[in-house]
Amino acid sequence: MSRARRAWRAFPPPARVGLVGLVAIVLVAILGPLFAPYPPATSVGPPFAPPSAEFLLGTDNIGQDVLSRVLSGGASVLILAGLATLLAYAIGIPLGLFAGYNRGLAGGIVMRGVDVLLAIPALLLLLVLATGAGAGATILVVGIALVHVPQITRIVRAATLQTTGRAFIEAAEARGDSTARILGVEILPNISGPLLADVGVRFTGSVLLVAAVNFLGLGVQPPAVDWALMISENRSGISIQPWAVVAPAALLAALAVAVNSVADGIARIYGRSSASGEEAPA
Amino acid sequence: MAEALRSSDGERQPNPFIRFLWRRLAVGVVLAVVVSVVIFAATDLLPGDAAQAILGKTATPEAVEALRVQLGLDRPAVQRYGEWLGGIAQGDLGDSLSTRGPVTEAISGRVVNSLILAGLAALIMIPLSLAIGAYAGTRPGRPGDLVASGTSLVFIAVPEFVTAAFLILILAIGADLLPPVSIVAPGTSPLATPAILVLPVLTLLLASLAHNVRMVRAGVIETMHSPYVQMARLNGLSEREVVFRHGLRNALPPAVQVIALNLQWLIGGIVIVEFVFQYPGVGQLLTQAVALRDIPLVQALAILIAVLYIVINIVTDLLVVLLVPRLRTAGAS
Repeated sequence: MSRARRAWRAFPPPARVGLVGLVAIVLVAILGPLFAPYPPATSVGPPFAPPSAEFLLGTDNIGQDVLSRVLSGGASVLILAGLATLLAYAIGIPLGLFAGYNRGLAGGIVMRGVDVLLAIPALLLLLVLATGAGAGATILVVGIALVHVPQITRIVRAATLQTTGRAFIEAAEARGDSTARILGVEILPNISGPLLADVGVRFTGSVLLVAAVNFLGLGVQPPAVDWALMISENRSGISIQPWAVVAPAALLAALAVAVNSVADGIARIYGRSSASGEEAPA
Repeated sequence: MAEALRSSDGERQPNPFIRFLWRRLAVGVVLAVVVSVVIFAATDLLPGDAAQAILGKTATPEAVEALRVQLGLDRPAVQRYGEWLGGIAQGDLGDSLSTRGPVTEAISGRVVNSLILAGLAALIMIPLSLAIGAYAGTRPGRPGDLVASGTSLVFIAVPEFVTAAFLILILAIGADLLPPVSIVAPGTSPLATPAILVLPVLTLLLASLAHNVRMVRAGVIETMHSPYVQMARLNGLSEREVVFRHGLRNALPPAVQVIALNLQWLIGGIVIVEFVFQYPGVGQLLTQAVALRDIPLVQALAILIAVLYIVINIVTDLLVVLLVPRLRTAGAS
């Protein structure tokens, strides 16, 4: 508890506001479906009906209730972004540890692979993968993880390089510990600082990429309900029924600002000056 | 250093900058070739066959097999990659599966349209971000800085299609000032109807400008605290001279890197923005091609965009070396 309180104190004020906003949005995404007045993926009225007592935010392009869809459409972006970020670390941490510890040919090959991935724009990589595998949530998660892998690998490798020369590593080597044990038990706990500083930035990037690809119609497919997809679906009726676009757009904007400021706060706690200054999104 | 020593065996010493240039170009070419392999493999080897995708799930196995042969998908991937690369070298990008015509034909007009959009955005973004960033960075904490920094925080975070939706609502639907979509009649130039360019350029500008302002500001604040700027002040130079001759000049190399990052970001942003405004550029074509799984078209557009990305990277590196005399003489290794 005191640890959480210390973290809260270390958070700069904008990050505190962001954290409160993020918690609120996550609650909406989790609990929202319970309060939805209609099933979110069923036509219940005429298309693009304006707000009324019956449909508080009106209906969308095929007569589905906008309020119900807004309440149900937040989970997908959070879940997919979370999964993609986790997968990115699951791939990037072992690669980085390996490349940092093995300074021979194999480690070099890993880092050249990282260079190649870095040379491909994020959105382009996702679109190319969607072409090969067909649009869908799975390939979206895998693709976004691949987008993050180079940065994570580089951070882990750099931190590992700084650790390998230290006495306790040499002691472990002298004891005859296996490489896997040295990497996992001796090195990994000692490089958690730079790793944690970066988590918020990675998750923010994932959120933006999930939203972008869903908006392009190349991520989750209907009848899935998703804020970014809603904006895309209802663009054509923006002059008749703006609420079908405004409601999901406002929530997505709030989510983006919230995760961004929390990421900034996390980066500051773990000792970096700026989080979002490091790379351009998408 | 080591290299300079090694090449001193009587041969003439090439200019270190020229050597850096060649090395950087060679790395770029190798990178482009490897990236082309990745693009080819990702579109071609993953489960989910182009022939099946074109004909749909209801197609008979015989029909799918026939189309596979027609498309050449029955031959080994390595052979097809070789032919594809050979085609690119000769300017032949194959035939589009959706238009049934040559890919080059489908792309050519759209490249110009996208360059117009990106060019306009970059042309406004670069000087404006330097000006606002320098303005905010020379008065940190004062009201002008707080407004610039606060606004940029929001626009950095919000996805560009959300910004676009609000811009359309306010400027196109609400105020009825501008067209909400940017459709260009085939065969005409978007420059013939400048009004349609305003909202797409504005959307691109808001996101990238915000990002640049933040970085330029940080760079300027840092240099303004450096010893030589203090020295210039102590020497009695006017604050104006201090800012322009010493502060900005040295804040420039990092700013060049940020601007390059943003040009690369523009490539991604343009895909979204063209889709939002239905603007007939490369990005919109790419989205369509992916949705239709038009593999030759996706491959061609992807390699085009990837090469552009690599070129921007190289040009940035060269600019940074040219701007920092220390790197210029050290051979920038």
